[in-house]
Amino acid sequence: MIQLTDIHKAFNQGQHNEYWALSGIDLELEARRVTAFQGPSGSGKTSLLTIVGCLARPTRGRVRLHGEDISGLPERFLTEIRRRTFGFVFQQFNLIRGLSALDNVMLPAYPEGKPHAELLQRAEVLLARLQLGHRRHARVEWLSGGEQQRVAIARALINDPEVIIADEPTANLDTTLSKQFLAILEELSGEGRTVLLTSHDPLVIKSSAVHRVVGLRDGRLCGD
Amino acid sequence: MRPWIEKQRYLIDYTLAALARRKARNLGLLAVYALLVFMLASVSLFGQALRQEAAAVLADSPEVILQRLVAGRHDLIPPGYLEKIGRIRGVQHQQGRLWGYYYDPVSKANYTLLVPAAEAPAPGHLRLGATLARERGLQAGQPLSLRSYGGKLFTFTVDEVLPASSELISADLVLLGEADFRAFFDYPAGHYTDIALSVANPQEVRNVAAKLSAALPDARPILREEMRRTYASLLDWREGIALALLAAALLAFAILAWEKASGLSADERREIGILKAIGWETGDVLRMKLWEGLLISFSAFLLGLVGAYVHVFHFGARLFEPVLKGWAVLYPRFTLVPQLDGLQLFTLFFFTVVPYTAAVLVPIWRAAIIDPDAAMRG
Repeated sequence: MIQLTDIHKAFNQGQHNEYWALSGIDLELEARRVTAFQGPSGSGKTSLLTIVGCLARPTRGRVRLHGEDISGLPERFLTEIRRRTFGFVFQQFNLIRGLSALDNVMLPAYPEGKPHAELLQRAEVLLARLQLGHRRHARVEWLSGGEQQRVAIARALINDPEVIIADEPTANLDTTLSKQFLAILEELSGEGRTVLLTSHDPLVIKSSAVHRVVGLRDGRLCGD
Repeated sequence: MRPWIEKQRYLIDYTLAALARRKARNLGLLAVYALLVFMLASVSLFGQALRQEAAAVLADSPEVILQRLVAGRHDLIPPGYLEKIGRIRGVQHQQGRLWGYYYDPVSKANYTLLVPAAEAPAPGHLRLGATLARERGLQAGQPLSLRSYGGKLFTFTVDEVLPASSELISADLVLLGEADFRAFFDYPAGHYTDIALSVANPQEVRNVAAKLSAALPDARPILREEMRRTYASLLDWREGIALALLAAALLAFAILAWEKASGLSADERREIGILKAIGWETGDVLRMKLWEGLLISFSAFLLGLVGAYVHVFHFGARLFEPVLKGWAVLYPRFTLVPQLDGLQLFTLFFFTVVPYTAAVLVPIWRAAIIDPDAAMRG
């Protein structure tokens, strides 16, 4: 589904503090599977996810989605692919404070301009499915960590994406909440979605919900 | 078309929510912005209304006024001039006018004493402008004593206080009969202050003026059109002073707007980063910020304009009165006829909304191009 060929990513290129986060990654990611990227801090996990999720372009190399090279597309098209194909669950959840859970969930769908009633219904269904129906009108800053993460998951699903990208999803959760997250992960995978996540949490890496673990160190692959 | 409209609706909804979340800051900006519009609109509305008022007053004035000059100074019209004018073709009617200035040490103000062309007060009686009457605490039926320049005391009875509707031009006016006027100023018989002429054909006014200059070389014809221009330029000049002062306020506001937009808080930058990461395009963020600017601009414009309208037409523009009406001891009190014209509104809009939009555009664009992966690294 996603093919990465000779991916390099540099920061501050050409300057004295030039730093290569990724150096020659060749990888194929299968559809409808849960793949975890494992590695220490600074190994390039997040950089790799940003490139796969069209949040950033590689300095060198190619990214193919369903066989089509998307690494050179203009920003507008890249944004459209990002919005329709990928749903993101960030480590800090990145919800918009001051807005309700429901409003946060609907945000990624605004640029699509879908009818409001349809969008509202979908957001409510998603929140109910994640046991947050009763909290839909609460401001996100009033929610617990676990609830905030479930709002973030609902937001990631609002545009019905094929791929869910989660960056260190259990980093801010206790064991119970982490297990709840893994259960949701299995559910998403069962629906036929592709899940890509980064983690160095053994609970996640060893979980039966994760089908494949890819190791990274110093910007290179180190075990699959 | 439908998705486009829905999308704009979502962007406006989001913008309103964003504005409400930063209430104190946005209300502060709105207040400063509305105050600026209020000041500019007050000056503009007031100036325009005064010009209209002056034009309406001058519409009834004679087409030509003839003054005699001696050594370049205004002098009395001697006997015989009226007859000479009567022979000039195109002149429909001519009348000698009697008027002069009187300094009243009691109210420390100058009055204009005038003999009206018709319905002059009876001997020993006069009519007063409303401002003057107010200043001296006079009403109809009461006596007014004035000491002439010759030192003689004259006592008149006030017949009537002139209607407030004419106060703009009658503030300091005293109307009295010809005999009283001549006696009070010790004015020589047969002499006049100037001559008012009416010309039947408006196209002929300049020709008549040229003929007057030729027939009476020591006289100066003043056309109504020239007076209208003088009034207009006097008001324009005063309005210019007020606007020059306000320019500083405008500049300060532009700096505030720039500061507001460029000094996007870390919170706002984070928010824009998140929106882009979850699929908003740079254009969507720009549109959202544009809606925000428009909502603030329009609200401030409307608030300021309505405030200025009430200030000018219901409270007589109290704040700008001294500058725009003139520097005088006797300030006329009058109600302007409410009016608004399209060009005036457009000019106001142009000078308030456009500078704000221009000031915030570049900083907003800089914020909108934040890399979406910033959210991932947040």
